Amino acid sequence: MHVHRTPEQIAADRQRYEEHQRIGLEFSPATLPTPTPRPAPEVEPGEILASETVPGGWYTTLRLSPGEILRVAPRGAGSAVALAAWSAADTSERMNLPDTVKLQWTTELKKGRVIFSDMGRVMLSIVEDSSGAHDALTGGSTAATVQQYDDPKLRNTRDNMVLAAAKLGLGRGDIPPLFNLFAPVRVQAEGQFEWRGGMLTEGDWVELRAEMDLLIAISNCPHPLDPRAGEVPDAVDLMRIKATPVPDDDLCRTATAEAVRGFENNAKMEGQRHD
Amino acid sequence: MTETFDIPAEKPWSGIVKKGQTIRIEDTYGQQAIDTLFYRADDFGERYSSQDTLRAQGTAYITTGSKLMSSEGRVMLTVTADTSGRHDTSAGCCSCESNTVRFGHETLYQHACRENFIMELSRHGMTKRDIAANINFFMNVPISANGAMTVDDGISAPGDHVELVAEMDVLCVISNCPQINNPCNGFDPTPIRVLIKD
Repeated sequence: MHVHRTPEQIAADRQRYEEHQRIGLEFSPATLPTPTPRPAPEVEPGEILASETVPGGWYTTLRLSPGEILRVAPRGAGSAVALAAWSAADTSERMNLPDTVKLQWTTELKKGRVIFSDMGRVMLSIVEDSSGAHDALTGGSTAATVQQYDDPKLRNTRDNMVLAAAKLGLGRGDIPPLFNLFAPVRVQAEGQFEWRGGMLTEGDWVELRAEMDLLIAISNCPHPLDPRAGEVPDAVDLMRIKATPVPDDDLCRTATAEAVRGFENNAKMEGQRHD
Repeated sequence: MTETFDIPAEKPWSGIVKKGQTIRIEDTYGQQAIDTLFYRADDFGERYSSQDTLRAQGTAYITTGSKLMSSEGRVMLTVTADTSGRHDTSAGCCSCESNTVRFGHETLYQHACRENFIMELSRHGMTKRDIAANINFFMNVPISANGAMTVDDGISAPGDHVELVAEMDVLCVISNCPQINNPCNGFDPTPIRVLIKD
């Protein structure tokens, strides 16, 4: 026979949750900064570790060390830049978007927010972001979604991710739910998805800061909910920028109680590695 | 023929649902989140994909008529009955580690769905790497137009159930959610029942 918890236990846990919930929901979107201005500023040549231009429809892989910045800047229209991340030290630890949106009480991942791994640690901080027009819920294009466009050469994000994962020594089962940069998908009142193309502007850019050693896979295909999903998008410029010291009052590290606890988990891992 | 499985509070379960069979997942006491994963029975590399499922149906929740898509773009199961109305597939399953971020470091040593999934998947030769984004049957997670997302009180009454017909042979893996830090289980995790019917 099942033994229920006591009313006192339930009431105490409910009170604690409602306090977390109040803080988590009232925070958003009131205290986050406005989007970063366009265009992206020039980076001193000595600060650039690597640059790469990913053609429309293609993919790439890269490594990031802690503190390094990845700048992502589409050259034109139509690119939704799908991203996956794994811990380089242990690829069983990987980006977990369900945790990321649940922990931060929002599906709007923009400047000031962070991306969590499945181990309660922060993998990436969104340190600059001109649009806030990103998608954590609906994934990328697949062979099935591009089939309707009658162009057998049209590439898709799922296949790109299988290829990218392979080149990192990973399999298709290692591909987590994807974070789509420059994909303004929003949820309407009855649950329908809506493509808000007006949120995007030419010259939009994002910078992500690595918070641990990372393997990254990136795909440059249109998002399947974009009306331009049948076209080959413009190229995307990627830039890996040298780490600079992170101040104690860094926005992403201090914005929410959840981010603070996430970074405490990162520090615990670092301690275990170095002790 | 109908097989019945009673799953105690906080425990995992797994079973095969053959193509054409119907699985009924019953929230016996009400307000109980049932974290659920599906794998193709003869190729566990093909598994339920929350993002593909939502994008293909164009809406953010699972209910009657939802076709559960695999990572390879195939329909795994179709939801044929739902007495509750709306189920989450964007908020994932709880873990010891994510609990520390959500509710404080003191919650690290509490049982969690990912512990259940790791144990149950290990019986089928799978590991933590194979925990895909799951469905949370009977978990109420509204998403607002401004992106706000919260786990609210469950809306399921005692005996509410969903039924899904399998479109391929699938392995179903369930964690009867042990979470006590939010209202997904009414702060009181309870037993559930699964039926597999021809």
